[in-house]
Amino acid sequence: MSSALSHLDKLENQSIFIIREAYSQFRDVAMLWSIGKDSTCLLWLVRKAFFDRIPFPCLHIDTGYKFKEIYEFRDKYAKEWNLDLLVARNEEAIAAGMGPDKSKFNCCNELKTVALKQAIAKHGFKALYLGIRRDEHGIRAKERVFSPRDEDFEWDYKNQPPELWDQYKTKAAEEEHIRVHPLLGWREIDIWEYVKRENIPTTSLYFAKNGIRFRSIGCETCCGPVASEADTIDKIVEELKTTNISERSGQAQDKESDYMMQKLRSLGYM
Amino acid sequence: MNEVLNFVIVGHVDHGKSTLIGRLLYDTESLPADKIEEIKKASDGLGRDTEFAYLLDHLEEERKQGITIDTTQVFFNTDKRRYVIIDAPGHVEFVKNMITGASQAEAAVLIVDVEEGVKEQTRRHSYMLSLLGLHQVIVVLNKMDLVDYSQDRFNSVKKDVADWLASINVAPDVYIPISAIKGENITKKSDKMPWYTGPTFMDSLDTLKNKVSPDEKSLLFPVQDVYKVGDKRINVGRIETGTITTGADVKILPTGQTTQVKSIEKFLEDTHQAVASECIGITTADSVFLDRGNIICSPGAEPHLTDRVKANIFWMSKRPFTKDQKLTLRCATQETTCKIERIARKINSSTLELIAEDANDIANLEVAEVIIKTKKPVAIKDFNDVQEMGRFVLVRDENTCAGGIITEN
Repeated sequence: MSSALSHLDKLENQSIFIIREAYSQFRDVAMLWSIGKDSTCLLWLVRKAFFDRIPFPCLHIDTGYKFKEIYEFRDKYAKEWNLDLLVARNEEAIAAGMGPDKSKFNCCNELKTVALKQAIAKHGFKALYLGIRRDEHGIRAKERVFSPRDEDFEWDYKNQPPELWDQYKTKAAEEEHIRVHPLLGWREIDIWEYVKRENIPTTSLYFAKNGIRFRSIGCETCCGPVASEADTIDKIVEELKTTNISERSGQAQDKESDYMMQKLRSLGYM
Repeated sequence: MNEVLNFVIVGHVDHGKSTLIGRLLYDTESLPADKIEEIKKASDGLGRDTEFAYLLDHLEEERKQGITIDTTQVFFNTDKRRYVIIDAPGHVEFVKNMITGASQAEAAVLIVDVEEGVKEQTRRHSYMLSLLGLHQVIVVLNKMDLVDYSQDRFNSVKKDVADWLASINVAPDVYIPISAIKGENITKKSDKMPWYTGPTFMDSLDTLKNKVSPDEKSLLFPVQDVYKVGDKRINVGRIETGTITTGADVKILPTGQTTQVKSIEKFLEDTHQAVASECIGITTADSVFLDRGNIICSPGAEPHLTDRVKANIFWMSKRPFTKDQKLTLRCATQETTCKIERIARKINSSTLELIAEDANDIANLEVAEVIIKTKKPVAIKDFNDVQEMGRFVLVRDENTCAGGIITEN
């Protein structure tokens, strides 16, 4: 065996270290699985970390507005990988007709953040794994690997804890839960190179059909496709090497106003 | 282009860290068109010229106040390799965020405003680099445009910086005169400074060396957790130094038991050897019951096991330490309550002036030479020998309040 680990090996090992570290500290944990490429990679790493016996649930925050491919993919692999799948929906807001036509900010907050709060309250999770990455958005670039949230779910981004030498935050009494970010150091292209290397399944939405594809997926109502001919993983990797458009350019919540993402995140958004 | 290098940019507030990074990303065309549009719009909104620093200063408060609050990381490539740039805030208020950033870097860039010269955070940040063991340093003297690209001014500030760095045992690779805002000597040689014959900033980055993986050292494998999978007890962890091979004799600290490695466990892989930085599981030939915090090592090459740790610590909490406080020491996966038995001396981390000997408290930003008495014995190494087990954090009320470097044991 060569002693020089590849770039992907290093990322994989660091992520597995973080995943195990969080489980060792908190035990009552869950991972958020949006069924997108990042959280599906995270799920793959979690399977590796626990030798395919994941000792906690996978939580899907369902707004009711997701693409049908997302639901199909979720149900297929939840079964195939024998996952403990929890689906969280803010039924009250959905019944009341909440949607992006009301206000994108309120819709994201009600159907995602509030649904998440309800799930945490119900199950008492102390920590949550999320597949966010620094290169997705400037606000996410400021995140810690272990990031505390208070009882109002607020992210105190002006006073984040120091984090050095892989010694991560333990949970203080006044902290509601800790967000754990094992993929923080991965880039979009790393995700796709890893998907290819490991042969990880992803939904068909990422692959170009009729000249368009999705680079980032979420709710059908608020996700725009990009023009692309990339219909294979190799072509996606090639496209990412030359593209001049950012990954989340199709995501409405990043655009609405300059600081919408910061405001959403400070209220507990993912 | 498989290689990745992490470097941090440090220096005093307003000396131009975020601007330098923004300029580097812009000049290397690492930026998506919509990001450039976004910062132009945000700059217009605040009535300013296009502000490259906004590429990193994303928080609303950061843009309005024109300072960096928290550390951030961005990515960029040269023809040689990929880089992770860690931007660290320069304001004294956010030193803990600067340390967080610097602790993840393999090299550092110290930026000094050539008009202002050496300031409080110039000194403190570079001293912290030296304490953290970051010895690969590039110095850039920024804002050359404000001094008419004067070679005399450059030489005079360079001498001040060099004198200071020599006093803390930092020997920089190079000193580069730049103007981040104008793009001079960033990616291409400046024609404003024909007297400067050294590398551009980007070329100097390509000369930095990656941290060598410590495979050649003796084995240190701190146990992170123990999983029961089927009828196996798998001891998981990350190899910090050395390698593990099936069949090898190993010793377990603190108990001193010895056994052999029966198997190396990785999901979907069949392997008989693993190297430093790999996260693996192992099973043992004898049924020894391991726990988080146990250290697996090679017999004859054990780390030092002790309940008295002599170290330099840097305090990162606004609430001072007083001697009656109980702390938790965390070193690799080891964790134990501890007391600081003696504060032999403490210094000002910016001026290095002695504040007190045999002190009773340690305040924010002070660096102290201490003796720590731990409740349980800990396995440690000299930081200069094995960084991974020669450093620790101190935790009070679930918050990391200090970092420590073990310089002798």
